[in-house]
Amino acid sequence: MGIVISLNDIHRVFIMGGQRFEALKGVSFSVAEGEFVAIMGASGSGKSTCMNILGCLDPPTAGEYLLDGLNVGGMDPDQLAAVRNRKLGFVFQGFNLLARTPAVENVELPLVYAGLHARERRAMAMEALQQVGLAGKENNHSSQLSGGQQQRVAIARALVNKPAVILADEPTGNLDSTTSDEIMGLFTDLNRRGITIIMVTHEADVAAYAGRRITFKDGEIIGDTR
Amino acid sequence: MDFLQTLKIALRALRTNKMRSFLTMLGIIIGIAAVIAMMAVGSGASYVISQQIASIGSNIILVIPGSTTSGGLRMGMGGAQTLTSDDVKAIMAECPSVLRSAGTTRATSQVVYGNMNWSTVIMGASPELFDIREWPVSSGRSIGQQDVDGAAKVCLLGETVADNLFGDGDPVGKMVRIKQIPFTVIGVLERKGQSPQGTDQDDTVFVPLRTAQVKLSRSSFPNTVGAVLVQAKSEELLDKAESEVNSLLNQRHRITNGKEPDYSTRNLSEILAVAEQSSRAMSLLLGAVASISLIVGGIGIMNIMLVSVTERTREIGIRMAIGARRNDILLQFMTEAVLLTMIGGVIGICLGGAGATVVSRFLSWPTLISIESITIAFFFSGAVGILFGLYPARKAAGLNPIDALRYE
Repeated sequence: MGIVISLNDIHRVFIMGGQRFEALKGVSFSVAEGEFVAIMGASGSGKSTCMNILGCLDPPTAGEYLLDGLNVGGMDPDQLAAVRNRKLGFVFQGFNLLARTPAVENVELPLVYAGLHARERRAMAMEALQQVGLAGKENNHSSQLSGGQQQRVAIARALVNKPAVILADEPTGNLDSTTSDEIMGLFTDLNRRGITIIMVTHEADVAAYAGRRITFKDGEIIGDTR
Repeated sequence: MDFLQTLKIALRALRTNKMRSFLTMLGIIIGIAAVIAMMAVGSGASYVISQQIASIGSNIILVIPGSTTSGGLRMGMGGAQTLTSDDVKAIMAECPSVLRSAGTTRATSQVVYGNMNWSTVIMGASPELFDIREWPVSSGRSIGQQDVDGAAKVCLLGETVADNLFGDGDPVGKMVRIKQIPFTVIGVLERKGQSPQGTDQDDTVFVPLRTAQVKLSRSSFPNTVGAVLVQAKSEELLDKAESEVNSLLNQRHRITNGKEPDYSTRNLSEILAVAEQSSRAMSLLLGAVASISLIVGGIGIMNIMLVSVTERTREIGIRMAIGARRNDILLQFMTEAVLLTMIGGVIGICLGGAGATVVSRFLSWPTLISIESITIAFFFSGAVGILFGLYPARKAAGLNPIDALRYE
């Protein structure tokens, strides 16, 4: 199976108020196609920084990052935006749907920026909503959906552009345990269909759904178990 | 990202905050309405002035007698009786740049028809006058050379006089009395309207020049004329014609160096051109004052757009994470700002037009709304949107996606 993500000696240094803080101290790992990886660690362990780098939202200070064979280092913000648009799908803790916007239009959003035509967009968005079990809810606004349903819309949005990887940042953090189980079930289901998923969490029971767990501490990987 | 989608997103954002969008627009609405109304009032005024310029005829020099001193009292310009019909003929014959010249006399008298009477200006005129002033008759015929030569007791009525003496009746062929002398009405002149000085030019009765000099004037010099209208052959020859007239009259009146002339010449078109220029400057000034309110409105737009960018930081973050490029975000906020100002502009144009109409209806002030001023106002409102939307939009586009996503 092909390698989707390859991090090689990634460093990330923040300088705040004259103080140097090394959030990542030489992190290396790779993720193969079809893996379901949980990134774990306490707050301040560097897992979120690592996630931002994986999401092409933040450039590493040093090191090499290959995403689907593409060297992301040295790209300008617009090139990174295009990479995020085509290769990545994001699922956030706070859902991050657009308010007062129907579910289907939220799901269409990545396709809008990809420059697809309206009819094509609509068809793909409807398909993605079907995949997450929300067929028939496409015209509901986010305020008319439950937390679990909103997260499903967000997952559909992450799926719609057929990305190489879905990055989920604490996807169950705002959900009760029953809904959490449902969402994790959905992720497991999607993973079984061949979608690569990387998920940040600090809850062991959520991480248990993943086939591989990478643990961070103080900016370094201290565990990588399958 | 296609433009239609951008427009849709912008419209949704504006609809979300209807009241705020309207209040933001209000600055632009008022600004544009003020510009449109002011321009309408200003160009209405210059339109009237240019109509008045056309009404006195083109390329005209007015020659009037100078002042006299009579028993130690200086009588003021035009008081002397120094210009004669012979001067008029000489100007015509000897000044090559002159197309026509016409002598006139002027007196005020009561005109009587049956039991109606009306006080008006009686002008003695030769046929050339009506050519110079481009003033045809609306019924009957005009004064001819034979009327002047024979000092015929005929007259032409201005519209105002005809209305006051005859009402709806046809005056042609009727008999009116001026200073007890019966005159036959041979025609009625077309309506001319106000003169640049504001007097009603149609409140006049014209009689043949010779008739006025011999029959109506009790002057001991029946050959004198009150004023001479001289028309130059073209606008370029106007100054040349004026100096030709000056040197001819100096020669005829024996005005040598150092002696004050007993007449004066005035270039009418020049005076009116100055008047037109000043009214144009006035309308520009009004427009400038009004556009200050547009700038104030634009600052309001910028203010609200900055608030909107801050409020929607998270939305911007989501869009960026999902793949919006900086230009997509920039365009989205610019579209919103321009949409705000353009909608405001259109409403302002309608409101300004309505305001101008009200002004012209109720204050009887002439207004003129030109397509030009509407186009300018429309594009100007768009420009205000671009100008004042740029900074907030750049701020939005320059956000770091991580910070934007984390923004609470």
